[in-house]
Amino acid sequence: MTMGTAGPRSGNFPIAAESREAREAAARDGRALTPTERIIAGVEARTPEEAIERTLTNEMLADARPGVRQPMLINLGPNHPSTHGVLRLIVELDGEVVREVTPVIGYLHTGIEKQCENKTWWQGITLVTRMDYLAPFANIKAYTMSVERLLQMEVPARAQWIRVLLAEMNRLASHLVWLGTSGLELGAMSVFFYCYRERDEMLDLFEMVSGERMNHRYFQVGGCSDDLPPGFIERVRAFTEEMPARIDDYEALLTGNPIWKDRMVGIGVLPAEQLLALGVTGPTLRAAGVPYDLRKVAPYSGYQHFEFDVPTATEGDCYARYLVRVREMRESLRIIRQVLDGMPEGPVIADDRKVVLPPREELAYSMEALIHHFKLVSEGFTVPAGEAYVAIESPRGEMGCYAVSDGGPRPYRIHMRDPSFVNLQATAPLCKGGYLADLIAIVATLDPVMGGVDR
Amino acid sequence: MSDVAAQIEAASPGAVVLEWEDLGELTVEVRGDRIVEACRALRDGPSQYLLLSDITCADFPDEPGRFRMAYHLVNIATGARARLRAWAGASDPAVESVTSIWPGANWMEREVYDQFGVHFHGHPDLCRILNPLDWEGHPLRRDYPIGGEEVQFTDAV
Repeated sequence: MTMGTAGPRSGNFPIAAESREAREAAARDGRALTPTERIIAGVEARTPEEAIERTLTNEMLADARPGVRQPMLINLGPNHPSTHGVLRLIVELDGEVVREVTPVIGYLHTGIEKQCENKTWWQGITLVTRMDYLAPFANIKAYTMSVERLLQMEVPARAQWIRVLLAEMNRLASHLVWLGTSGLELGAMSVFFYCYRERDEMLDLFEMVSGERMNHRYFQVGGCSDDLPPGFIERVRAFTEEMPARIDDYEALLTGNPIWKDRMVGIGVLPAEQLLALGVTGPTLRAAGVPYDLRKVAPYSGYQHFEFDVPTATEGDCYARYLVRVREMRESLRIIRQVLDGMPEGPVIADDRKVVLPPREELAYSMEALIHHFKLVSEGFTVPAGEAYVAIESPRGEMGCYAVSDGGPRPYRIHMRDPSFVNLQATAPLCKGGYLADLIAIVATLDPVMGGVDR
Repeated sequence: MSDVAAQIEAASPGAVVLEWEDLGELTVEVRGDRIVEACRALRDGPSQYLLLSDITCADFPDEPGRFRMAYHLVNIATGARARLRAWAGASDPAVESVTSIWPGANWMEREVYDQFGVHFHGHPDLCRILNPLDWEGHPLRRDYPIGGEEVQFTDAV
């Protein structure tokens, strides 16, 4: 193949295609390339020929001025085992030192917010649970709570307690995945197997209660779709009795492990003010000394009735984030035990026939129930016009749902504030000046879930 | 007038258009060109809204301002929240960027630009974020079709 002529194949070079896309986007708006577009477009590389020309110039430059190192641009991801899904990081390296990181996201974008506008309110639950796939209960909880606020609906006590129970079990399951994958990325393979063993037990419990191992559709507007199945409480109790010793096992493997500490202590530090300015929430912010936990600061679903602490640390490094999450797992177990001990009796869903499906058995003999069921399934319920923003504490931070209604059976606008999306902005400031290997530890302890980032 | 609206008025007289409380949530509507002053007043003032939770937008094609921006602020010590609203305008929608106050607004504003086509003056890196760079149109606008195929009884709903 001859270089220098723009043949039909030149469009097939990925870098040329991306460069063209970026330049087209800028030209359409009549502006210059933005910093991110310049990086994606391979900086000044406009065509493959120009890219080669530029490389030659760089090499000649290095020959002419020995000792001057040229930065190297590498793509980490979108398909890389250490980036927690399809996260692409364009890293500018000076030897092993990271000069600049540009995250490129959107590879999992499925337009869930747009799809919600074309579904009825209750159908939207099925969509939002798929965003942050490690914290499905947090997604649905934020969504249903915002709809309930628009409807000014009271949720029965038992439903609230079940929601707290499952949200805390979900936090535990999510942290187990985080710990396992982080261990794997930093070379501690056995932790991965241990964590997934326990996580699988959690998935079995979730399956028992909702019928699905992931993407549960268990919380409904007004409460929960069904009561807890027989034997569930006993099985969860057995799990909570076993789990503290298991967490001790993980800690025995990691907390004092010199390799683990070498990779984590003092790595990826930002002061709390800067994290706040970046909008970072969740364990990452708490590890820098800010005790911002919505379960304490603005209790919802009856969290004020439970005794638990908000683990914090002051160092703000990867190791502090690890310690905070492990202690959060123990606090979640504490809450789960209290829920099991004090679970109130009563209905699990509000008795509002205009919103909530009638009990299944009533359909056999009640005409009204059948009509309500048919109307709710085919048409959906209507929600008074207005707007509501409800935020809850997901395993990764503040999970918010902004719901706008125009009074119809479908949402006018649903926006999910996903903590992974906002937290991921801290990647570049956390990684700059560190080593490439530290970047893996930093992304691991930020714990982004790309399904939530891209929605 | 609430404390929040009073603080905005003190920093930028005439900025507050409307304010109300509904469903326990305080909403203050400010003029589109005053959003930066309003945000700065609320972050640095006594109400201490240090954290910007969220920036988003909703499209109302029949309204004169069309794109309604919503800024959700929170006080991390008390959990108090406030929503600032501003209209971006129907033709050539634009508001000032708040990235100078909260750098974390960067991606949130890029998302609104990507999905709604609202421009943010003073944004350091305003390009698409979730859709491909050369995507045409702004998917979350109400006049953007969702695609897909018609099914039986589509019109029954």
